[in-house]
Amino acid sequence: MSAVSEQEAPSPAEPRKGLSPRRKQRISRGVQYALLVVVVVVLAALADWKAIGESFLNLEVAGKGLPDLFTVALRNTVIYTLSGFALGFVAGLVLALMRLSSVAPYRWLSVIYIEIFRGLPILLIFLMIGSLPLAFPGFELPGGVYGSAALGLGVVSAAYMAENFRAGIQAVPKGQMEAARSLGMPHMRAMISIIIPQAIRIVLPPLTNQLVMLLKDSSLVLILGVTAAQVELAKFGNDQSSTYANPTPILVTGLTYLLITIPLGYVARRMEARQGAGR
Amino acid sequence: MSTVEIKDLHKSFGSLEVLRGIDFTVESGQVVCVIGPSGSGKSTLLRCVNLLEQPTSGKVIVDGVDLTDPDVDIDAARRRIGMVFQQFNLFPHLTVRRNVTIAQERVLKRRRDECDSVARENLEKVGLLEKIDAYPPQLSGGQQQRVAIARALAMNPSLMLFDEPTSALDPELVGDVLSVMRQLAEDGMTMLVVTHEMGFAREVADRVVFMDGGVIVEDGPPEQVIADPQHERTREFLRRVLHPGT
Repeated sequence: MSAVSEQEAPSPAEPRKGLSPRRKQRISRGVQYALLVVVVVVLAALADWKAIGESFLNLEVAGKGLPDLFTVALRNTVIYTLSGFALGFVAGLVLALMRLSSVAPYRWLSVIYIEIFRGLPILLIFLMIGSLPLAFPGFELPGGVYGSAALGLGVVSAAYMAENFRAGIQAVPKGQMEAARSLGMPHMRAMISIIIPQAIRIVLPPLTNQLVMLLKDSSLVLILGVTAAQVELAKFGNDQSSTYANPTPILVTGLTYLLITIPLGYVARRMEARQGAGR
Repeated sequence: MSTVEIKDLHKSFGSLEVLRGIDFTVESGQVVCVIGPSGSGKSTLLRCVNLLEQPTSGKVIVDGVDLTDPDVDIDAARRRIGMVFQQFNLFPHLTVRRNVTIAQERVLKRRRDECDSVARENLEKVGLLEKIDAYPPQLSGGQQQRVAIARALAMNPSLMLFDEPTSALDPELVGDVLSVMRQLAEDGMTMLVVTHEMGFAREVADRVVFMDGGVIVEDGPPEQVIADPQHERTREFLRRVLHPGT
């Protein structure tokens, strides 16, 4: 008994070898601060502040983008994003229902679709949509560039959203379907009135993240070849910066994206937290 | 006429045979309580009556309709069979009002105002009319279960199935639910109740069925099955339920 306790407890009287853990920690923290200061000072010394101010923070150039930055570019970005999201939402829901269908070929089709379109870059999808008229001569998507953008963003986001919806539907307790069926509701009616509304609530946070991803991916629409009226944020920034030989518009465009993505991300995290607390 | 007629009912889950030949009837207006140890198949039996479980073999006849006939419209048949679950299974995203009206509107195609008055009438019956605009998660378990009963009654069922309706409730909330069920029995509703509430069974049931190991061991009036059981297994079960810890 006494032998064990002697072994476990180091004698406080015994002098420590080297530094105490707390002292070591303090020194390590000091080194980290010092390193940070050195890096900042070196970067500040190397940078050409006058040139940075003129190139990136040139208010005169930034002002030339207005109001088109908002009335054309941002507006188009939002249109591309929302139309792609709407298409992906509907198609994703259908794919999720197919994925959970009792008809095996529907399940296979859904799995194949999801695997293919989750694995392809959106850029490639846009290139393919651009070459569709080669396969179907005379074929033209309704809405022109807007239609092509919605289709491209829609087919890819449908694959991601299908997986979200499937998880959401499966997360609704089994008793909900049983209660609906025991009231005489056919399977599809129960899905529409009872299961899907609850599933959508469950997947709202990942869907919001999906919306943020789409907003960023909508910049790839430029590959479709857009006119000045169809231009979205990223291309707008790029064009402006070429015109004025000044990169400020790119910075401004970036800030405009953040204006939307940061609040959306915040909303998604809030919803996630609330759901986590409710469970 | 018999409301429920079950003939040689078998149900297996994989290689596990849960029901091994059940025969019994529930006459119109009767209250039948099914008791038995857990795993005896009583919930499965109840779920076979509205085909939430597909019987492996045998016949389930409700109101003269053979539900095991593949040509039968099961949705139409289920409208006439109310079901109350152990976990209530109210729709949490809908108000109490909508919980009680949605199936009337979507399934029975009743007019909106008619749905609403039927909902009020049945919520009144279970004593929860003042909760009509609440959401289920805002209610206690006992209140949720009473709303679930009102939801089933709103379809004007000819038969009500209860699957351990008080087992998920705090003890002090059991009484309210049982008194609603007692009132329902007095009003002449045909009821098939899986329960562990021996007091309720003794007082309200016309017949008590004791199940064990997937078969009916004993079937008779409560004064016989509960007060004077004929089989050793029934006696053993009742001794454990009525005098736990002995």
